[in-house]
Amino acid sequence: MDKIIINHLRELESESIHVMREVAAQFENPVLLFSGGKDSIVMVHLARKAFHPARIPFPLMHIDTGHNFDETIEFRDRLAKETGAELIVRYVQDTIDQGKVVEETGINASRNLLQTTTLLDSIEELKIDAALGGGRRDEEKARAKERFFSHRDEFGQWDPKNQRPELWSLYNGRKKMGEHFRVFPISNWTEMDVWQYIYMENIDIPDLYFTHKRKVFKRDGTWLALAPFMKLKDNEEVVEMDVRCRTIGDITCTGVTLSKANTLEDIIAEIAATRVTERGGRADDKRSEAAMEDRKKEGYF
Amino acid sequence: MENKTKGYLDMELLRFTTAGSVDDGKSTLIGRLLYDSKAIFEDQLESIERTSKKRGDEHVDLALLTDGLRAEREQGITIDVAYRYFATPKRKFIIADTPGHVQYTRNMVTGASTANLALILVDARNGVVEQTLRHSFIASLLQIPHVIVCINKMDLVDYKEDVYENIRKQFMSFAPKLDINDIRFIPISALKGDNVVDRSKNMDWYNGATLLYTLENIYIGSDQNHIDGRFPVQYVIRPQSDEFHDYRGYAGKIEGGIFRVGDEVKVYPSELTTKIKTIDFYKDSLKTAAKPQSVTITLEDDIDISRGDMIVNKNSLPKVSQEIDLMVCWFNEKALMPGGKYAIKHTTKDARCMIKDISYKVDVNTLERNFDDKKVGMNDIARIKIKTTAALFYDSYRKNRNTGSLIIIDEATNETVAAGMIV
Repeated sequence: MDKIIINHLRELESESIHVMREVAAQFENPVLLFSGGKDSIVMVHLARKAFHPARIPFPLMHIDTGHNFDETIEFRDRLAKETGAELIVRYVQDTIDQGKVVEETGINASRNLLQTTTLLDSIEELKIDAALGGGRRDEEKARAKERFFSHRDEFGQWDPKNQRPELWSLYNGRKKMGEHFRVFPISNWTEMDVWQYIYMENIDIPDLYFTHKRKVFKRDGTWLALAPFMKLKDNEEVVEMDVRCRTIGDITCTGVTLSKANTLEDIIAEIAATRVTERGGRADDKRSEAAMEDRKKEGYF
Repeated sequence: MENKTKGYLDMELLRFTTAGSVDDGKSTLIGRLLYDSKAIFEDQLESIERTSKKRGDEHVDLALLTDGLRAEREQGITIDVAYRYFATPKRKFIIADTPGHVQYTRNMVTGASTANLALILVDARNGVVEQTLRHSFIASLLQIPHVIVCINKMDLVDYKEDVYENIRKQFMSFAPKLDINDIRFIPISALKGDNVVDRSKNMDWYNGATLLYTLENIYIGSDQNHIDGRFPVQYVIRPQSDEFHDYRGYAGKIEGGIFRVGDEVKVYPSELTTKIKTIDFYKDSLKTAAKPQSVTITLEDDIDISRGDMIVNKNSLPKVSQEIDLMVCWFNEKALMPGGKYAIKHTTKDARCMIKDISYKVDVNTLERNFDDKKVGMNDIARIKIKTTAALFYDSYRKNRNTGSLIIIDEATNETVAAGMIV
């Protein structure tokens, strides 16, 4: 008998591809939520592999807070062009202009929370029945209880105490009118798996993930990138440092790491040695013990 | 590329489930495995330290690491299956951590469905209790190939060999009722760390391996069915581009056996035979592919195939029937309706079924069969007969966990109400 060894990354890859194909088969109008971060880049890569030689059979959708690193947008547009996938962009600014949400004020103001309204509006507007996201269970403790196929009611809400049991690789995507699903194909991946996979597959990622010089300031123990729309406290000093992003999200709440890692090997070694989670630098999670759970219940990513 | 990265890319994946009640030290054990393998980070530890302090706990409560939901932390209970991850240089581990009390069957069965191994915890002071039996039965029912019985809190019984031996004998006395080939016993103290990662200095009478060593080295290569080629068609890929004008590929995950280019295959339900032309994976053409790879297969002949069909190896055919006998675990507050109609999902196939008969219920605490009480409610396990609207192509669950399993769905609420293992 042939001995076929399938390593952990290939097994995770196979599981994720299976989930993506289930989405294409079970839903009529899915989208892949694309943020420009490494997880969603890996998702696009997996989607290409799942449907090759055909194109990815669903559009990419970006909920744009307007508070981005410039590189993210360039990268997003290039990737969409390369894959031939349709790109849908919806702006948090539009939701603010329509008076549906009010911009946060104060020193830690962020549009992170406001994204939820824009996302739910887009899901309703475009009649999306499944939104694929790059969420991973190892990221945060509320996510550890998340299903691959996560049911949302007509208000987009998540009911963590009443989730459908998910067995073997049988995914129940049945729903009523107006309801939708969030689907997380890379649920079982860890941060390390994602980086090893990027390395193994030689996937192109934005330069922001590698070391670069940037003007930063320190707040609550986290280094934040300076951007035009951020307000500084009196005692906060802007300095130029060698940094890299460990996650890429809204610039107002994404911490950067002091790092000289400039290859994927360096990054993998750095993560192997690190003692803080990648969301440790995310101010949005620090708001309270159950910050993620609360946002998710309301319909966050 | 892959050669250069050998070493840390060549890890195997082991999925295991843990079961135990609130007090037998399960969370402490998981906390220790995560902590000692550096899967817990400083900010996570600080966060649970803060919470423990706020609640006035004496020790840092490692259970807070796995209890992610607000209600769980407030009530000090685990509501739902939580998935945890850690890795050593040898293997990557996925733990399905299932609560021992509320909705125990539902959660245990869910966690067990994908596990290669079950960790069952026994408190050395209490020995084998009802719950141990229940957990072992579910591991057996769900055909988890390996079971490790951790006899925990050995520090509280002065690390005595006879305590361990008695519990081992107690467990082995009901093992014949179970359908598990590989049962191992390890005396540990999760709190003190004996035999978890490092060998215990307090139990020189124990010559076996530590828990982590066992998890890293237990042979899982033969757990999968490598004999019966099974390929449920998930999605048909038709690019309709100039370059791939006539391409018609069948996408799916191999759920059993090995497929090779040139293999003779039979397609269900048409029962037509043909040969495998190519096995494609992105830009690569593979000569062979095996469970659990997701690939795209093209065939020599033009046959009408769609989602829900199955391509199988011609030398080992599945069973084909509309009348199916199965064991079910019921998950819903609404009891099973005799004669009722439900939707089912089996591999990639959707169908409907009618409940024809309830043969018996199993008492999960004694393993006795009850032929009189036919009310199947939440957390009950029963043997039933169903008739399906279309023939299923299947194997017995014992032979193949993926082609032998199905879920039952309530058509009114769309909830998954039961898991079924085909007899």
